[in-house]
This record gives sequence, C-alpha cells and structure tokens, in this order.
Amino acid sequence: MPVADPTEIHDPTIDEADEPDRPWVVLVWNDPINLMSYVTLVLQQLFGYSLEKATSLMLDVHHKGKAVVSNGTREKAELDVFRLHEKGLWATMTKDD
Amino acid sequence: MAFGRKGALIRRNRKGAFEIHLQAWERDLLGSLVTQLRDLLTAGAGGGEAQAAVDPSLTRLFPTAYPDDVERDAEYQSLVRDDLLERRLTALDVMDETLDADIITEAHLTTWMGVVNDLRLVLGTRLDVSEEMDEVDPDDPDAPLYAAYHYLAWLLENIVEALAGW
Repeated sequence: MPVADPTEIHDPTIDEADEPDRPWVVLVWNDPINLMSYVTLVLQQLFGYSLEKATSLMLDVHHKGKAVVSNGTREKAELDVFRLHEKGLWATMTKDD
Repeated sequence: MAFGRKGALIRRNRKGAFEIHLQAWERDLLGSLVTQLRDLLTAGAGGGEAQAAVDPSLTRLFPTAYPDDVERDAEYQSLVRDDLLERRLTALDVMDETLDADIITEAHLTTWMGVVNDLRLVLGTRLDVSEEMDEVDPDDPDAPLYAAYHYLAWLLENIVEALAGW
C-alpha cells in the first residue's frame, strides 16, 4: 500500500481569497502618460515614503514595467488601489503567492 | 520652454500659499479643457458600454483593480465608480473657481495637480501617445491636441516641483 503523500493537500472548497490574513500586493504599472516626477510625488504623498524609496519604486515601474508599492489584507490593498486610481495611476491588486 | 514668462510659473510664498503666474491664454486653455472633461465625464457617467461609446479614454480614469478576478472587479467598480466620478467632478469645479486667482492654497494646488493629470490621461489616451514623442507635423489635424498635451506636461512638472519642494 503506498504511503500517503506528505505534502500539503489543496482543498478546493476553501476560497483562499477569503482568508483574513492572506496577503495581497498592490502593483503600479508603467504607462506612457504619467510623468516620473508625478508618480514619485504620489507615492510619497499616499504612502509616506521617503524621496529615495518613492524614486526607487518609480524607477522599477518605469524600467521593469511594474512594482509592488504596498501589501496587506484585501481591504487595505483595495483602499490603496482606490487611492492610486484617484490619482490616475494604473494600479492593480493580486494575491501574494 | 518658458512660454514667454518672466520668473517662476508657481512660487510658494512665505505664508505657505502659492503664487500663480499663468498668462491669459493659459487660463483660457485650462478653462476650456476643464469644461470639456466635465462634459465627457457626465456624458459617460453610466460606465460600461455607455462610457466606452462616449470616449474610450474614460476607461483610463476608471481602471481595473482585480485583473485576475472579473467578479471581484465588478464589485470594486460598482463600489468606487460613483465616488471616483464625484471626486473628479468636484476637483474640476474647484479648478474652475480658482483658475483666475493669483494666489492659491496648497490644497487647491494639489487639486489642480489631479485635474491636470486627469486631462493628460484623457488626452494622452485619445492620442494614443508613446513614451517617446516625436515632433508633430503642424498639418496633423491633431496638432493642437498634441500641443495641449505637451503644455499640460510642462504645467504638471511645475506644479509637482512646487508642491514637492525637492
């Protein structure tokens, strides 16, 4: 008789997205319109980042196409996305797998 | 490009407010763009197909939040669309009301920043701009839109610099 596989069994009946502590990440995506200086200032204003950190994130967006700007619960991530949308940034959220 | 102006476009004064040195043509241009965006937003207020039919560039102002989950995104859109729309319309009103002022508060300048950026998003989407912008043919029927788009970039840079104080 074969030994049961000790690795984790995925139960499809659990909706992973509803687990309260499951982390979500907020991404900002590059676009051809937003100015680099504007994106930097918005990141500072919304998240309290230093100029250095905000600039670094903005450069990641610019050169790599996207960057994670915040993370947390679904509720927090959704609020962050909303605030970024309000400022005209192209932001999305996804589960931090 | 100084657009024929003496001195800074926007300057923070000692009381923490901002002196604005826009020329008459700039105020006229901005006033006109604000009106056009307001009309666009109210025409496409229903969202969905009605919005896309009015102007696909409006979609840029109401982006997807959950790219991996259509249902969740529909929930998000129904929650925030009215709020986002109302905030944008209020900002347009504020800009209208303060456009002729020589001195404005930091809060108002921040509102201007959002409006100017929204205008760039709509114009840029409509013109389908790329990051590398070549010289525009003056005979191109879109030439005035490109000119406005570039002007707004210059204005936005000035606003950002004034607010950031870097």
